[in-house]
Amino acid sequence: MRGRLIGLNGDTAVAYAVKQADVDVIAAYPITPQTIIVEKLSEFVNNGELNAAFVPVESEHSALSASVGAALTGARVFTATASQGLALMYEILWIASSLRATVVMALGNRAFSAPINIHCSHDDAYAARDTGWIEFFAENVQEAYDLTLQAFRVSEDKEVLLPSIVNLDGFILTHSLEGLYVLDDKDVREFLPPKEPVYPIDPEHPITYGPLDLYDYYIEHKRQQAEAMRSSYSTILKVFEEYSEFTGRKYEPIKTYGMEDAEVAIAILGSSAGTARYVARKLRKEGKKVGVISFTLYRPFPASKLRKLTRGLKALAVMDRSYSFGSPGAQLFMDIAATLFNEKERPLLFNIIYGLGGRDLKPEHVEYVFDKAFEVAETGETPESEIWIGVRE
Amino acid sequence: MSQFKPIKSLKEIPVKEQFAPGHRLCAGCTIPQVVRLALKAVPDPKIVVNATGCLEVATTIFPYTSWKIPWVHNAFENAAATAGGIEAAFRILEKKRGIKKPKIIVFGGDGGTFDIGLQALSGALERGHDLIYICYDNEAYMNTGIQRSSATPKGAATTTSPAGRVIPGKQERKKDLIGIAIAHGISYAATMNPAYPTDMYNKLLKAASKKGPVVLHYFTVCPTGWRSDPSQSIEIARLAVQTRIFPLYEYEDGKYKINILVKKPKPIEDYFKLQGRFRHLLEPENKWLLEEIKKDIEENWQRLLKLAEIST
Amino acid sequence: MSSLKGKGWKELPIGAVIPIPATSMEYKTGNWRALKPVLDQNKCIKCLLCWVHCPEPAIIRHEDDSVSIDYDYCKGCGICSNVCPVKAITMVMEGE
Repeated sequence: MRGRLIGLNGDTAVAYAVKQADVDVIAAYPITPQTIIVEKLSEFVNNGELNAAFVPVESEHSALSASVGAALTGARVFTATASQGLALMYEILWIASSLRATVVMALGNRAFSAPINIHCSHDDAYAARDTGWIEFFAENVQEAYDLTLQAFRVSEDKEVLLPSIVNLDGFILTHSLEGLYVLDDKDVREFLPPKEPVYPIDPEHPITYGPLDLYDYYIEHKRQQAEAMRSSYSTILKVFEEYSEFTGRKYEPIKTYGMEDAEVAIAILGSSAGTARYVARKLRKEGKKVGVISFTLYRPFPASKLRKLTRGLKALAVMDRSYSFGSPGAQLFMDIAATLFNEKERPLLFNIIYGLGGRDLKPEHVEYVFDKAFEVAETGETPESEIWIGVRE
Repeated sequence: MSQFKPIKSLKEIPVKEQFAPGHRLCAGCTIPQVVRLALKAVPDPKIVVNATGCLEVATTIFPYTSWKIPWVHNAFENAAATAGGIEAAFRILEKKRGIKKPKIIVFGGDGGTFDIGLQALSGALERGHDLIYICYDNEAYMNTGIQRSSATPKGAATTTSPAGRVIPGKQERKKDLIGIAIAHGISYAATMNPAYPTDMYNKLLKAASKKGPVVLHYFTVCPTGWRSDPSQSIEIARLAVQTRIFPLYEYEDGKYKINILVKKPKPIEDYFKLQGRFRHLLEPENKWLLEEIKKDIEENWQRLLKLAEIST
Repeated sequence: MSSLKGKGWKELPIGAVIPIPATSMEYKTGNWRALKPVLDQNKCIKCLLCWVHCPEPAIIRHEDDSVSIDYDYCKGCGICSNVCPVKAITMVMEGE
């Protein structure tokens, strides 16, 4: 295991990674639960520990706008936000990825208003899923640190050139102190070379960025962008492998537990994967063949890997920490259903809604989900609609 | 701050064009004049950041671009924020990697500046980014079809403030952009008008010599939106100054200076009658509004006179 | 620019950039006009007002500060004729 063991909360770990990445520009607006990231970064800058321009923008929309501008100069850029902040900068998310501005953003996953809630939901992570940003999910503080470093490497890779988001659960990870191995500065420099921009703003080579497309070019530009996202997958795998070898900490698009012979399984995102695995281990001791699938990579969605993993499964409970009103299922459920629909061998699916607004996911909830999965597997009948757990009726 | 040498004749303006024809701006549009002159007055290396609007749309329809320098368009309301990010990036890249920081010119229409872009402008001014913000003000959201903005003058007819039987045009007065800019503590702000090209060019030169943010408010005639004869655009622009409805003045380090002191103003009717958007104000039933407008013009002029007086 | 026109998604530059300056010159807006300016060089006093005010720009300024009209781009707005202090430019119907 490369690195030295220290204790940091998720936000501070992200800020520390950004500092080691020798970022050039930080443009961010504070919003709970990401505030510690921006505070720490401005501390690093003002103490001379990080040679970067900290732009204290007046809103999240300006945060991403400034970040996009900065990224186009060839600078290494970082920003962070959550919830309402992401919603406010939403139109720029599309612009950033369409202009191939390689910004890295940390998202302290927090629920959307109203009512205003500062605790963990995946609303903001899901809101970004269509926008052309690569999305990682951290399960713990170690992953928040590691994925931030890898995000720079992935985004700035010439085969990718797409912005990326590192999701970390609000308060559960952002504010929780955990032990993690941090690399030495020289190790980070070795893993993360300086950014080599492709079309930097350069008066010697005048380029027009962000033109108007009429109907004669727009779809071609989008097709190209779609291909960039699709093909980024192979680079992400390469970077994961390289980092795993470099640090001794394994990274892969999907983390699995017990999937070699599981009959039923849970699919989940974020820190609750830990709870799911805790319960799964307990049930395994009782002889129950359960499995857990958690996604470190959410966009591009690792579809073919998921298809292979779920072939032998009888039932899969998809747990969503968000809700898409009026949809046939919540967001991850829809992703997985679309992925598996045409497979000859696939599990029955059902959707669990949990943890909204920071509602705790307890082991007994997870046990209930596994029980339900066995029920579905036995009866061959799936619930008519999603099941909300941990809710007072 | 670099040396600033004003010109006395148009012949001193450099010949080289960094803005190419073939763009789709309307015949008789006076936006290109500020673009051409700004690109001549501001030395290389320089870049342009442009908000969504007439200038952006008409000059960069893929794969055609009229720009011979780097040009960035992000969205409608964030030209100032985007420019701020670029400026901060070049500042740090200059320190870290010796890359020369170019001058940054920001173009935004009255829509992208007075209204939806005001927050971003305010933030950029407060943070003190080194940039030249030029608002080309055609007094409405022209690109989307002539809808009113907070820069639309009182009484003007637009598609969202039509000259109706009950409400005859826009009832609210025009926002004071220079006043808003100055309130941020910037060191230089000025109004410009195409009918006064030497004055305009010298203000651009002065702006280019300043460090930190400067705001230039450029009056531009829109024959399409104002329902005027395209050949008369410069004539109409001149009348705007001569009737005192758009005074030419500058603010520099706390002092106001009126550049064109209009001693005997022309009647506002001369200006209004050349534009379809104002014609209803010449009808007898709208006389009350016309009188209000005249009063506003006079009050604003007196206000500027007083400010200029205290400044001497 | 002819290198970008009609290209498919595999060949277009990434990020929708236009990496070549001034490609708009391939779009000849001269065919917009109904009226066209005619300059009488004998009257011209080389004040350069038409050159400063032309929106395209479709007025070419020469080394000796004389000017000529670039009919490839002139949209026939008539500003040059309107501002000329010696009436050296007259607007005539296109085709005359």
